Amino acid sequence: MKVTTQDVKYIAQLSRLNVPEADLLEATEQFNQILSYADILQKLDTTGIEPTPYVLPITNALRKDLVKEGATHEEALLNAPAVHNDGFKVPRVVE
Amino acid sequence: MTKYTTVIGLEVHAELKTKSKAFCTCSAEFTNVPNTHVCPGCLGLPGTLPVLNKQVVEFAIRAGLAVNCEIQKYNKFDRKSYFYPDLCTNYQISQLDKPICLAGHIDINVDGEEKRIGVTRIHMEQDAGKLVHSGATISTSDFSAVDYNRAGVALIEIVSEPDMRSAEEARAYMENLKAILEYTDVCDCKMQEGSLRCDANVSIMPEGATEFGTRVEIKNLNSFRALVRAIEYEVERQKEVLEEGGRLIQETRTWDDANGVTLSMRNKETAEDYRYFPDADLVPVIIDDAWIERVRAELPELPAQRQARLMEQHGLPKYDASIIVSTKAMAEYFDEAVKTAKDAKGVSNWLLGDVSAYLNNEGITISEFKVTPAHLAELVNLTKDGVLSSKLAKKVFTEMLKEDKAPGALVKELGLEQVSDEGAIMKLVEETIAENPQSVADFKAGKDRAIGFLVGQIMKKSKGKANPGMVQKMLKEKMQ
Amino acid sequence: MDLFKYTAHELHEKLVNKEITAVELVNSVYARIDEVEEQVNAYISMSKEEALAQAEKVDAKIAAGEAIAPLAGIPVVFKDNINITGQVTSCASKMLNGVSAIFDAHVTENLRKEDAVFLGKANMAEFSIGNTTDNSFFGAAHNPWNLNCVTGGCATAAAVAAGEAVWALASDTSGDLRQPAAYAGCVGLKPTYGRVSRLGLAAYASSMDQIGAVTKDVTDAATILNAICGKDDRDSTSWEVETPDFTQALVQDVKGLRIGVPKEYFGENVDAKIKAEVEKAIAQYKELGAEIVEVSLPHTKYAVRTFYVIANGEAGANFARYDGVRYGYRNMEAQSASDMTARSRNEGFGEEVKLRLLFGTHVLSKGYYENYYVRAMKVRTLIRNDFEEAFKQCDVLLTPTTPVLAEAYNTEMDAFAKYELDFTTVTANLAGLPAITVPCGMVDGMPVGMQLIGKVLDEATILKAAYTFEQATDFHKAMAPLGGNK
Repeated sequence: MKVTTQDVKYIAQLSRLNVPEADLLEATEQFNQILSYADILQKLDTTGIEPTPYVLPITNALRKDLVKEGATHEEALLNAPAVHNDGFKVPRVVE
Repeated sequence: MTKYTTVIGLEVHAELKTKSKAFCTCSAEFTNVPNTHVCPGCLGLPGTLPVLNKQVVEFAIRAGLAVNCEIQKYNKFDRKSYFYPDLCTNYQISQLDKPICLAGHIDINVDGEEKRIGVTRIHMEQDAGKLVHSGATISTSDFSAVDYNRAGVALIEIVSEPDMRSAEEARAYMENLKAILEYTDVCDCKMQEGSLRCDANVSIMPEGATEFGTRVEIKNLNSFRALVRAIEYEVERQKEVLEEGGRLIQETRTWDDANGVTLSMRNKETAEDYRYFPDADLVPVIIDDAWIERVRAELPELPAQRQARLMEQHGLPKYDASIIVSTKAMAEYFDEAVKTAKDAKGVSNWLLGDVSAYLNNEGITISEFKVTPAHLAELVNLTKDGVLSSKLAKKVFTEMLKEDKAPGALVKELGLEQVSDEGAIMKLVEETIAENPQSVADFKAGKDRAIGFLVGQIMKKSKGKANPGMVQKMLKEKMQ
Repeated sequence: MDLFKYTAHELHEKLVNKEITAVELVNSVYARIDEVEEQVNAYISMSKEEALAQAEKVDAKIAAGEAIAPLAGIPVVFKDNINITGQVTSCASKMLNGVSAIFDAHVTENLRKEDAVFLGKANMAEFSIGNTTDNSFFGAAHNPWNLNCVTGGCATAAAVAAGEAVWALASDTSGDLRQPAAYAGCVGLKPTYGRVSRLGLAAYASSMDQIGAVTKDVTDAATILNAICGKDDRDSTSWEVETPDFTQALVQDVKGLRIGVPKEYFGENVDAKIKAEVEKAIAQYKELGAEIVEVSLPHTKYAVRTFYVIANGEAGANFARYDGVRYGYRNMEAQSASDMTARSRNEGFGEEVKLRLLFGTHVLSKGYYENYYVRAMKVRTLIRNDFEEAFKQCDVLLTPTTPVLAEAYNTEMDAFAKYELDFTTVTANLAGLPAITVPCGMVDGMPVGMQLIGKVLDEATILKAAYTFEQATDFHKAMAPLGGNK
C-alpha cells in the first residue's frame, strides 16, 4: 500500500515531525520501502484470528481510591525548559 | 422558505468525584497553585505507568445504571493521540470500541410533553491539564503556562443519540442528566467551573427528510443558557447558509458567549485522526454480574423517583415537585425541612418563591444558603399556627437572611407576634369604629369597600401584628 | 587484585569472608573503567560518589557483623533507560540529555534494598531503537572482544565483558538484552513479560518491554532475578504470581528434559559457523541426558515485521510525550507551541527514531490501522500459537541467540536485512516468554550465544538447562581480550 508525498507530509504533521520539502521525495521512497517490507504480512490469511493486544491473561489491575504524595512542586519543575508563574511556559498556542 | 427540523445530540463530560485521579494517586481536588497535585505520571515523564482507580469503574457503572444503560462486562482502554501542550503524554487514555455502558435513555418533559432521549454510550477517560494564557485570550497571548493539576482527573463521557429536536429539549436533557449525576453523587456538576462540560452536535434537515444534515460540533457550552443560545444561534446560521444556496461543512465551532455567536475553530484538519489503539500499559477490566448488582442495589433515589415520592408522600403538585427535585441540594433541603414543618406545600412555596428569588439574586446555590431547613420549617409553622401573618413572615424571612437566628426568636426580638388575643383586638376595633363614623355608616349602607379601610386602620394601629382574620370577623360582628 | 573479573556470587563470598571490602571492589571496577572505557565507550554517565557511599554502607554492615544481601556491595551498571533518582536517564538521545529522574525504577528500589552499588548508566541504541549503538547521541560503543565490532543494541554486556561492571541491568524489547549478551560472551536473561515491573523504565514498546540482567554466569542471573522480580502495584502489567527462589533451579540435571529445536531457527539466514556451535551444544545436551525434539514455529519469518508494526505503533504514542514542553530538548526559537514541538522533535530525535515514529503513526492512522496494526496483532496471535503448539512437545526451546556474529562496524548491510537479525530473539518478546542466552562457543575469536526459551513463567527450567550446560563447559570463563582496533 504505497503512499504519496502528500501522505508523508500528513503523517509528519500528525507525528509533529517536519520532513523538509527538499527531503520529501526521498522520505516517501524510503517510506514505501518500509511499507513493502511490512506488506508481506498482508499475504497471511488471518481470518478468524483474534488480535493480541496484551500478552498476559491479567485482568482487573485496579487500585483503591487513595491519595498519595506525588512529586513536590520543585521536582515537577526540575527539568522544565521554561517556567512562568509555576507553570510550564510554552510559546503561543495556536488553536 | 423551507421548513427545517433541528437535530441535536449532546456529548457531556463529567469529572468524577474520586479522591485521587483516574490512573495515578495524585489528589483530584482543585487547587489554585499550579503543578502541585502532580506526580511523574501527570507530567508524562518516561517510565511512568497508569493504574486504574477502582472507584472510576464504580462511578461509571453507577452513572450508567442511573441512565438505564447496559453495563458491559469486557472493558479495555485505548490511547487517543493528539498533540496539545496540556496533554502530558500527548495521548489521552480513553475507551474506543469497548465502552463501559451502552444503550441507555433519559426521559425529559418539555411543555408537558414526555420524550425519551437515547444515551448511546458512556466511557471512562482522563482529563487534560490547563493552559493559562499570558493575554486575555488564547489568540492574543504571546505565551501560555501549563498547569497539570487537572491532568489525569477521571472523566466519564456521556454521549446521547441525536434525538433532540430543539434547544429546549437539549436543555431539559442536560438538566435531567445533571440532576442524575448529582443524585448518584458521581460528579459535583459545576458547569461554570468545568466539572460538567457539554458539547452539542447540531444539524438541520428539511422537514420530513430522513437523512440528517451536515453536523456541526459546538464546544465551550458552560451553562444551560449558553447551551440554549448557542443551539438557537447555530440553527439560524445553518438555515441562512442553506437559504443562500450555500453548503454546510462538518466542523467544530466554539461558542463565544460575549458576542453570542459560534466561531469556526481552524487548524483542526488533522485533529480527527486520533489513531486509537489498545493501551498495553493497562489490562482489560471485567465487570461481573455481582459487581453490577451490588452497585444497582446501592443506587440512591433518582430524580424521577423522588419527584413521585414528593407528590405522593407530601401531596405536592407535579410542578412544585419537579422543580424541587431538579437539583439534589434543593431536594435534600426540602426533605430536611419537612421533617419538622407542618405544611409541606408551605415549604415548597417558600423554596419556589422567595428562596429561589433570593438565590438567583445573590447568584448562589441552595448549598450556600444560610437559612437552615429547620429554621425555614419553623417559619412555615409560625404562619401555619397563625403566629405570623404572611406579610410579617416575609419580614422575618428578610431578617433571617441577615442573621443566623431562629424565626421564633426573631419574632420575639422584633415584637412581631401576631396578636390573636380577643380582648386586645376588640379594644382596637372599638377604638377604630369610634374614630371613623363615616366609614361605619358607609358599611352599613352596603358599601363593602369600607370594611377594607377599617381593617387597614386596625392593622396600622397594631403595627401589622393583629390577626387579620380575627380583625375582619370581629369588626363585622361589631358593626352588625 | 583484579576484582572486576569475578562474578557477583564469587565476590559475595569474598565480602562475607572479609577477603575484600566493598570499597576496594568498587574502586577496582572504576580503575578498570579508567583503563578501558576510552576504547569501549560503554558508559554514558557515572556516579562514583554515590557508588562509594553505597559501598561504605555495605562495609559498615559487614564490620558490624550484619548479614548482607547476595547483591550487597556488588557494582552494577544500568542501561540508560532505567531510572535512578537524581541521575540523568538519557536513553542515549539528545532529546533526554540532561533530564534527571525524579523517581526510582521499581528494580532500582529493589536493588537499593539489596545494597547493590550503582556504577552509572550504560550506552545504548537511541531509545533502544536499532540493534547497534550507532545512533547513540554519545557515540557508538565497541565490543571488547574486537573493538572494531558492534556491541549490539546496548553496551551493558560490553561493559560486563570488559570488566567495567560485575553485572548489568538492561531492558529487552526485541532482544536488545540477549543479543548484546551473546555478542559479548555473557549470560542474558529476559524474564517473562510481567515478571519484573516496568515502572521507571522509559517505554519503547509497552507490550514487549521487559527488564532483565546481563551477567557473567547463570548463577548470577538467578540471584538477580530473585532480587528484581515480584508484583508491583504501580505497574498494571506486573503479574501477581508466586516468586520461587530461582537459585533452587541451579542444579545440573537435564535428564529427560525435552529440548525443542525449531527448524526455522537453523535456516539459510543463520551463519553456518554459528549453527555448528549451537549444534555442538545440542549434542552436549543429548549426552547429558536431554531428549532432543525437532519442532516447528512456522510463523517465525513474519516475526520481525510483526514486531516492527506493533513496536513502532506503540513507540509512536510512547514517544509523543517528548514534546519539549515539560522536560528534555526544546527548540527555543519557535514562535508557537506546535512549531516548538515539531522543531524540538526534529532536532532532538535521531534519523532512525524519526523514521520509526513516522511509520508508527502511519500504521495507526485512518485507513491503515486495520491493515497494518490490527493485522500485526493477529499475526502476533499466530506466533503465540506456534509456541503453544511447540511447548506441547517440549519443555524448552533451543536456538541460536543471533543469526550472525557481532558484525564489524564497516559491514555494509541493507536496512531490512539488519532488522531481520532480530528474528531469533524477537519472538520471545511477541509471545511474552522468558528466554536466556548463554555462551556456547567461539567463532573467529568472537563469542557465540545459544538461546533457551521457556514456557510462560517457567524461568526455572531455562535456568536449570542453562546452568547444566554452563557447568559442563568453559565458555563463560573466557575473558574479552579488548583486541582489534576501534
